[in-house]
Amino acid sequence: MSGLFKTDGGPSTAGSAAAFKKGLNKVYTWYTGGFLTFIVVLAIAEQMGLSRQWIGLSFLAATVLLYAGIGFITRTTDADEYYVAGRRVPAMYNGMATGADWMSAASFIGMAGTLYLSGYDGLAFIMGWTGGYCLVALFLAPYMRKFGQFTIPDFLGERYGGHIPRFIGVVAAILCSFTYVVAQIYGVGLITARLAGVEFEIGIFLGLSGILVCSLLGGMRAVTWTQVAQYIILIVAYLIPVVWLSVKQTSIPVPQAIYGYQLEKVTAKEKLLNNDPKELEVRAIFKQRSADLAEKLKDPAAALAADKAAATTKVADLKAANAPAAELAAAEKALASLPRDDVAAKAAWSKAKAAADIKATPLNGMAPHAQQFKGDPNGDAAAQKTYDNSRRNFLALIFCLMVGTAALPHILMRYYTVPSVKEARDSVTWSLFFIFLLYFTAPALAVLVKFEVFTVLIGTQIDQLPAWVAAWNKVDPTLLSIVDINKDGILQLNEMSIGGDIVVLATPEIGGLPYVISGLVAAGGLAAALSTADGLLLTIANALSHDLYYKMIDPNASTERRVTISKALLLVVALAAATVAAQKPADILFLVSAAFSFAAAAFFPALVLGIFWKRATGIAASLGMVAGLGTTVYYMVMNQAWLRGIFGITSPVDLWYGILPISAGVFGVPVGIAVIIVVSLITPEPSKKIQDLVDHVRYPNLLGDKGTRAT
Amino acid sequence: MEITENHRQYWRKNIQITGILLAIWFVVTFVVGFYARELSFTFFGWPFSFWMGAQGSLVVYVVIIWYYARYMAKLDIEHGVHEGEV
Repeated sequence: MSGLFKTDGGPSTAGSAAAFKKGLNKVYTWYTGGFLTFIVVLAIAEQMGLSRQWIGLSFLAATVLLYAGIGFITRTTDADEYYVAGRRVPAMYNGMATGADWMSAASFIGMAGTLYLSGYDGLAFIMGWTGGYCLVALFLAPYMRKFGQFTIPDFLGERYGGHIPRFIGVVAAILCSFTYVVAQIYGVGLITARLAGVEFEIGIFLGLSGILVCSLLGGMRAVTWTQVAQYIILIVAYLIPVVWLSVKQTSIPVPQAIYGYQLEKVTAKEKLLNNDPKELEVRAIFKQRSADLAEKLKDPAAALAADKAAATTKVADLKAANAPAAELAAAEKALASLPRDDVAAKAAWSKAKAAADIKATPLNGMAPHAQQFKGDPNGDAAAQKTYDNSRRNFLALIFCLMVGTAALPHILMRYYTVPSVKEARDSVTWSLFFIFLLYFTAPALAVLVKFEVFTVLIGTQIDQLPAWVAAWNKVDPTLLSIVDINKDGILQLNEMSIGGDIVVLATPEIGGLPYVISGLVAAGGLAAALSTADGLLLTIANALSHDLYYKMIDPNASTERRVTISKALLLVVALAAATVAAQKPADILFLVSAAFSFAAAAFFPALVLGIFWKRATGIAASLGMVAGLGTTVYYMVMNQAWLRGIFGITSPVDLWYGILPISAGVFGVPVGIAVIIVVSLITPEPSKKIQDLVDHVRYPNLLGDKGTRAT
Repeated sequence: MEITENHRQYWRKNIQITGILLAIWFVVTFVVGFYARELSFTFFGWPFSFWMGAQGSLVVYVVIIWYYARYMAKLDIEHGVHEGEV
């Protein structure tokens, strides 16, 4: 293996490239076989009595050591190797690496959960995060490869001339990558903590060590070969439980092809649940609770005083009546847990009211799974408006996610690592194919789990629920909790609260698989989070060391010095991200989605116009990037609850066309494009040298062209 | 380097195929998405627009990218701009 990865980085001929690929095929076939054997051995050990804790630890240790081992074998200080893996990665392997780079903890664990909770509307993520690759293939990947430098700001700097576009590129790359990497490290911490049974903070640093050994030693080269290994783990871990669950429900092992019939059954059951008398009873109780809370919120101070008085009297009465100790303790606890003052009371009651309001709606607040958009186009004015708004936001979110996909630097960077323009095009096909395998399956998983919940759990005696329900409730009540609201001893849908993540995490147990598969799923989630974090950290460190330090501060720095600085920065950035993640920032999901809008508005217009329009000028690109990013940031800060809090915005929320702040890029991208076009037309045409560069990028091979290889 | 008529032709054809594929991408994503409620006839158990969103569009995306790579590889050779020995 070491000999294979160490072949020197000189220009590869067709013969040596074929041999290299053949060698890779051999290594990764053995690796996959070895990994499957490892699972089988653990499964046998489990039957012989190996504890769950040890299974989790074995998975954690084996995979992190594996990633670190690959990092060690592929260590390098050569710039071409460190930044772009020697530009020798065959199209298919770059596709796998891109797949792992792309699919984060959010895709692996969160996606199916989002689909479970929001049905059709959640498909915006499925389409957005795959369709974006059409834009990558048609507009960017082949041209970026022909350009053949090291980073995305590199392209901006060369094409638009001067330090300003490059600098804006560096800032934007760091902005979107850092928000994204914090979420990944948070995911790493959660999964490591669950696998090894340690504290969340320790989990973060355990996982981080795996990332660092790998990327510190070998840069892009190590990250590439590790990501291929991680892709194999994550796809095996995702598919096994879904296929098993499908066999259990339908006896057909192709869930993607047959879940339409399960969806029909789910839809039929939804109609029944809408009018089920027991469900109506539970919803009425929540409606009453909400009304009570609304009454209290009218005058929180008085209501709190009344509550306190009532609780105090109760404690006193119980004491006087010599009531049992347990009863007295409960009453005292109730008194102690009352909000401290009327401000705290108002916050707590508003939150409780919002929760009760959701629980008072049919299907636990979920839209019918197959229903496209909320509201009704043939209903009254309000229903029509809801429908139009819901549809507009669905399409706007798809737009932002797609354009953002095509502009995230850590993804575009991967297409620098293939040997040629042709391979870059092929590589996008492979990338999307490998991503497709997971995204094609996630909607099926969501429906299968919903079928299980609706038909097996709902209507069952609460004391006879399957064991996994109680087990997950114990692990984390926010993932799954059940309260018998109407005290009939039977589970109604609205009595159950589910966190989206449980859909993937609990599938092995729902399917009745041994614990070793649960360990495998956690290891898959870890692989997804680690691989994405690897790629993002590398992007940030390279933007700082290559673009900021080498290109702008010290152009005479030696290769070794640049690589050393990059490694040092990697460590600093990783620690900074871990520190932020350890604070458990509130709105992590929002931050991830925001990264897409940032990337879309900052990079997409400048990159695409830079290739397809020779007339685009440097000043225009700089202004366009700032205007696009500025519009996006402004819209989010003005309208997103968490950001409003941070920046102390008090003016009323003013949504443009009802678009939610998560899709702010839908305004930023057109503004960016418009500014670049208008300013280009009023500024002087770019120089002949820059126009020649555009031609150089457009044709895979021009006679008399400068070499494709970067120096 | 010299841009000849041959090169311009190559670029025009590239723009043409890019435009066509982009139009397909747009229809599959945004037109089907816009009329999703109307397109909910049953399709092997799924409402059609649900199936398109969850699976159909993904297949189309993969085919678009695959076809583009194939088409461009041929076009490169036809116009003598492919990599390796010219």
